[in-house]
Amino acid sequence: MKRNFIKTSFALALVSSLALSFGVQAQKGPLKIGSTLALTGPLAATGIVHKIVGEIAIEDINSRGGLLGRKIEWVLKDDQSKPDVARTLYEQLITSDKVDLLMGPYATGAILSAMGVAQRYDKVLIHHTFGIPSQAKYDKQFPTWALGPHPEKTSPGIVFDAVATVPNPPKTIAIVTSKFPSIYFMSLGAREVAKTKGLKEVLYLEWDFGNKDFGTIAARVKDAKPDMVWIGDIGAEGVQLLEAMKKIDYSPRIHSHIYPSPGLMSQSPEADGAIAISLFQEHPPFTANKGAAEFVRKFHEKAQAAGLPYPLVDVQAATSYSAWQVLEAAINATKSFDDATIAKWIKANKVDTVSGKLRWDGEFNYGDDLMRVAQLQNRKWVMVYPKSVAAPGVKLEVK
Amino acid sequence: MPSLNLLIQSAVSGVLLGGLYGLIGLGLGLSWGFLGQINLSHFAFVFLSAYLSFEFVNKLGIDPLVCLIILPPIFFFIGIFLHWLIRRFRITPFNSLLLTFGLTVIIESFIQWIWTADFVKLQTSYGDKKASIAGIYLPFAESMAFIIAVLVAVLVHLVMKYTDLGKAVRAISQDPKMATAFGIPQAKISLGIAGLCTALAALGGVCVAMIYTLNPSQMYSWIGVIFAVVMLGGLGNPFGPLIAGVVIGVSEAVTMVFVNPSWAPIVSFSLLIALLLFRPGKL
Repeated sequence: MKRNFIKTSFALALVSSLALSFGVQAQKGPLKIGSTLALTGPLAATGIVHKIVGEIAIEDINSRGGLLGRKIEWVLKDDQSKPDVARTLYEQLITSDKVDLLMGPYATGAILSAMGVAQRYDKVLIHHTFGIPSQAKYDKQFPTWALGPHPEKTSPGIVFDAVATVPNPPKTIAIVTSKFPSIYFMSLGAREVAKTKGLKEVLYLEWDFGNKDFGTIAARVKDAKPDMVWIGDIGAEGVQLLEAMKKIDYSPRIHSHIYPSPGLMSQSPEADGAIAISLFQEHPPFTANKGAAEFVRKFHEKAQAAGLPYPLVDVQAATSYSAWQVLEAAINATKSFDDATIAKWIKANKVDTVSGKLRWDGEFNYGDDLMRVAQLQNRKWVMVYPKSVAAPGVKLEVK
Repeated sequence: MPSLNLLIQSAVSGVLLGGLYGLIGLGLGLSWGFLGQINLSHFAFVFLSAYLSFEFVNKLGIDPLVCLIILPPIFFFIGIFLHWLIRRFRITPFNSLLLTFGLTVIIESFIQWIWTADFVKLQTSYGDKKASIAGIYLPFAESMAFIIAVLVAVLVHLVMKYTDLGKAVRAISQDPKMATAFGIPQAKISLGIAGLCTALAALGGVCVAMIYTLNPSQMYSWIGVIFAVVMLGGLGNPFGPLIAGVVIGVSEAVTMVFVNPSWAPIVSFSLLIALLLFRPGKL
């Protein structure tokens, strides 16, 4: 009886130690972080920026020993720029790939899809490019696109404040916009803010995403003779409109854009002088942000190798890298991979990132609006407003 | 009320855009009408040609107008090969739709692999060229596309109506078995038509490159309006797509002037539905 007891105890101890050993092995295995990006489809031009940034961030974290001793394995899938595909893939990442943590996809529609899945499985979701804060209802979602909770007011506001500082500031405005969701919402906000800033709206136009005839829109803007044109654009739309304007011998004195393709804009002579909101450009004081200088150097290398037309860090790359910085900070601080623990910490703390100091204790888990005004000058984007963050020796220039 | 200048400028813009619609629609319509194939890869070939033009101009320094001469013959043989493949494996018209859609996706991926998914723009001196008549501007590239569309439509019409080859093509499309019984080499002529349609896609592609900023996935945004052009213009009718293209282009432009640009596609497709209901197959 006694011998049996000893045998049983020994067997149990052996099994327990083996189980413990396997458990430790599992803990030491790679940390799987799942996400999707628009690697094909209409948003792929920017999706590639987020892929490059993700690779840099993971190399950086892994070179520091990973997170709590576990190297990151990035399970990245292509959502084809389609929110419905993103929803399915996030579901797969959790249920089939069994990832430990999630990272957000690119663009508002896909993020909203991923957010729904994250909420269903109670996973934390740090994301980098969500444009409509009021739609972010999930309490464990955390944005690094630091627009503040009401960008439809604050973003046009800072643009209009900036142009009010130039000699002979604009008195009339034409607002022309794509109906792409996060763009449209900002342009509608711009209409309201323009009224409060004393700008008289002389023209308002909308077009569907994928519009091909910018000639007529250009002719209508020219006919309206505005002092300033607010162009609610994404991707190539802004450049196509400016080129159409040039073909009828018209060039707006002041033109602001929402989310233009930085590379395409920098290559187009017509786009020089374009204004856009941004939270990072490659000059002081932004390059003094945590990890910024090193990140900029690495991004140049990788972006050039990938053949990106604008291999400089701008708002997209900076917010993307910030998302990985926030995840790393939260895990290191909590010493945990538990979603609830991570979410609780992020909500209560601030994190130093390349985009600046971020917080999430405000409405919709948004914090400060860090957006400033950048301008394309001599084919390079530089911050011009407010003065405190403007590139050295640079100011907002208008015709 | 819009000014007269704005109205005329917009109408001109619509006419010129309609020319491009017609040029791209002609190849698709001929393929549909004479070969019974709904060739979705036509749009992919347009964009492949556009990207090759970009490459030839930006990397090799070739004038874009020279691309109008270089690319169509190359695409002619690509079209012949594709059609030979379809005939070789006895692919039905419905399956050819699936095959050409698959080919479109493959070509899109190929373009993205070579030129990345980022936007590219063919920068040439022609981009700045324009004529001005009484304050109305005629941009060079758009005008050139329109002229090419008219010339090609006239040429195809003349060949179809006044040559033995044209008569043979029409005979094949009406009754292939009877045409073959009369000694018409159906296989060879079908290959020639397929080559011609792909060569027309190449012409359209050079014009697209000169006018638009390129992105691989943009090829899909042309499908709706070009199909509308082809259906309105009638299958296999050389002038139909051009006229339909101009009607749609102008109706879109005028809608943009009087209402809002976002209403333009609704008007053009409403026009399509109305014409299909009341005069199916004809303008």
